[in-house]
Amino acid sequence: MKIVIGQGSCGIAAGANKVYSEIEKEIGERGLQVDVELTGCIGMCFLEPIVDVIDEEGLKTTYVNVTPEMAKEIIEKHILKNQAINEYSIVADDLSILKKQKRVALRNCGLINPENIDEYIQKGGYKAIEKCVKEMSPDEVIEEVKKSGLRGRGGAGFPTWFKWEAARKSSDSIKYIVCNADEGDPGAFMDRSILEGDPHSLIEGMLIGGFAIGAKEGIIYVRAEYPLAILRLKKAIKQAREKGFLGTNIFGEEGFDFDLRIKAGAGAFVCGEETALIASLEGERGMPRLKPPFPAQKGYWGRPTNINNVETLANIPWILEKSGEVFSAMGTEKSKGTKVFALTGKIKKGGLVEVPMGIPLKEIIFDIGGGIINDRKFKAVQMGGPSGGCIPAQLIDTPVDYESITKTGAIMGSGGMVVMDEGTCMVDMARFFLEFTRKESCGKCIHCRIGTKRMLEILTRICEGQGKDGDIELLEELGIKIKEGSLCGLGQTAPNPVLSTIRYFRDEYESHIYHKKCPAKQCISLLTYSILKEKCVGCGLCGRQCPVNAIEGEIKKSHKIDQEKCIKCGKCKDVCKFEAVELM
Amino acid sequence: MNCCKGEHSNKSKLGMENIDFKKLDLILEKYRDISGSLISVLQEVQEIYSYLPMEVLNYIADKMKIKPAKVHGVATFYTQFRLKPVGKYMIMLCQGTACHVNGSKAIEEALSDELNIKEGETTEDNLFTLNNVACLGCCSLSPVMMINDETYGKLTPEKARKIVREMKEKEQKVV
Repeated sequence: MKIVIGQGSCGIAAGANKVYSEIEKEIGERGLQVDVELTGCIGMCFLEPIVDVIDEEGLKTTYVNVTPEMAKEIIEKHILKNQAINEYSIVADDLSILKKQKRVALRNCGLINPENIDEYIQKGGYKAIEKCVKEMSPDEVIEEVKKSGLRGRGGAGFPTWFKWEAARKSSDSIKYIVCNADEGDPGAFMDRSILEGDPHSLIEGMLIGGFAIGAKEGIIYVRAEYPLAILRLKKAIKQAREKGFLGTNIFGEEGFDFDLRIKAGAGAFVCGEETALIASLEGERGMPRLKPPFPAQKGYWGRPTNINNVETLANIPWILEKSGEVFSAMGTEKSKGTKVFALTGKIKKGGLVEVPMGIPLKEIIFDIGGGIINDRKFKAVQMGGPSGGCIPAQLIDTPVDYESITKTGAIMGSGGMVVMDEGTCMVDMARFFLEFTRKESCGKCIHCRIGTKRMLEILTRICEGQGKDGDIELLEELGIKIKEGSLCGLGQTAPNPVLSTIRYFRDEYESHIYHKKCPAKQCISLLTYSILKEKCVGCGLCGRQCPVNAIEGEIKKSHKIDQEKCIKCGKCKDVCKFEAVELM
Repeated sequence: MNCCKGEHSNKSKLGMENIDFKKLDLILEKYRDISGSLISVLQEVQEIYSYLPMEVLNYIADKMKIKPAKVHGVATFYTQFRLKPVGKYMIMLCQGTACHVNGSKAIEEALSDELNIKEGETTEDNLFTLNNVACLGCCSLSPVMMINDETYGKLTPEKARKIVREMKEKEQKVV
């Protein structure tokens, strides 16, 4: 018997550690011969903590939303008496989510123990790099990646082979390969999941990249906000060194040396940009530099440097193992392979999903994600984070590939999909993203530094009911100017969330500005709470809860809210048992 | 604007006596021959003091032979670095998109109200610091906050209040 507990960050946040200790305690106290292991995230975050019980025949029972109490019961019934507890195990409908996916980058996540290199090797790990070293030339490796059609999964979607070839062609005795694990897009966490759940796939991907471009040193730049990812990576690198996959003369191949180190980022979104990342690696403020020269020519310490994102690199061993053709058979003409999406927001079944490129948004949100929480109306999906935009409900049939998503005004980005329902205000959403980019602008370019601040001021006043005629046009003008006047991707895309919401939800902006109403009932300054005379029974409960004594009225007679005093906290509406408080 | 060195010269002398430089020297020694390691040095130094006192920044500049302005520039550029002491419990409230959509603003208001501090501040008893942070990557459990190393998900304003209230009570019992 074996018990496997999902311990990605989200699993742990949901209580997986407590479940783990409870299981260990029970097994220890009862003196049972059961292996207890951990695994990464399977992607079904809404079901965490997840516990798998695998019996002698290899039959797996998956228990979901496990609490320590349930864990105890699982030990008592399933482990001791061999009686599976059906009411705790995963239902067929949830299990079908996995069947609809095609897992390449996430192939091992949630299935193997990330802290044990042998499990990765058993799954065919480190075979691809061995094949490269023993049977292929670096040019052949690049050719295979070219055949696969793999494009960068971190944002812009640049062909991976092209970057590799440029770095390979740069003549220098010292070159670097860097993994960009500074996953900064709020709402995207696929890189974290790979780092925590399958770090060896990244290490192998970097080895292959190093072999192809001729780099002997690799650096993984990880966000400091991901302590567990850093811990697992450190363990994985140590194990890879012990097995001889990192070091000198790897696979006995004279002259093929490669080693890796981790550099923890210190919290700056702009460091996701290649040249800013390099500046940060060099110990400087993470400010972008002029291109050209491109990093492939002059990067880290002036040496040719190739930078790829985590998901891109995790695909590499699979491609080299199965061939570029198998990868390119999936997806669309210009967007090959699969893509991981982080499905969050107002979605029933949130988590990580990996699907072939080109499937419609609708399938991801409704078939895999199960639709909107409480079956409310789907309004839009935000893609590409602060560099992206909102795709409205009428475009839900859009296929997910680089070109189609860009056409809507959003971008593929790193694959964050934040689902919004009718209760999400699009002006507030735009304001939220501008607050983010305003804070994260490094300050180098005036348009980005001051422009985002001005846009934020305008959006804030619109949300607060102070919007003026001409504000929408001013936002559009500023947006275009910021795009033109910024050096790096951050500034060039910062206005996207505003421009895309104006494009599809102009009426909402107008409603805020001209009618002082927030249709989603989210902007507090534009809301009014009032008591419906016919429904109020005069119980006085709301009056007692009101923190500013804004509610007056005699007992058993209908009450009234003094709008001058009201701070719109909503407590009266929360406590009223007669639905007599109306929000307008 | 005053130069940070001049402004703090008097205080520096006072503060220096209370700072244990031994551990700091060990870190500086470890990174002595590694170029571009300023950020790593600052990260490890912050681990010791829980923040970066001005005296320490100046000391690092001196030892690493980097201009104090540059050390200060790097320390203020990255959100991870803190120039002020923090409370025993560091509340990091996630401000990712998913958390925003699912009501992180209301959580912030509840915590502010419960602790009587604003975002970025520390309570008078030095127990709690409330900070908004970028996405913690636990979007499916949004809204989320992290207190020291523990993550709390699916928060409601009441749940968030309860969590810090219990911590406060626990601390009072210890005293």
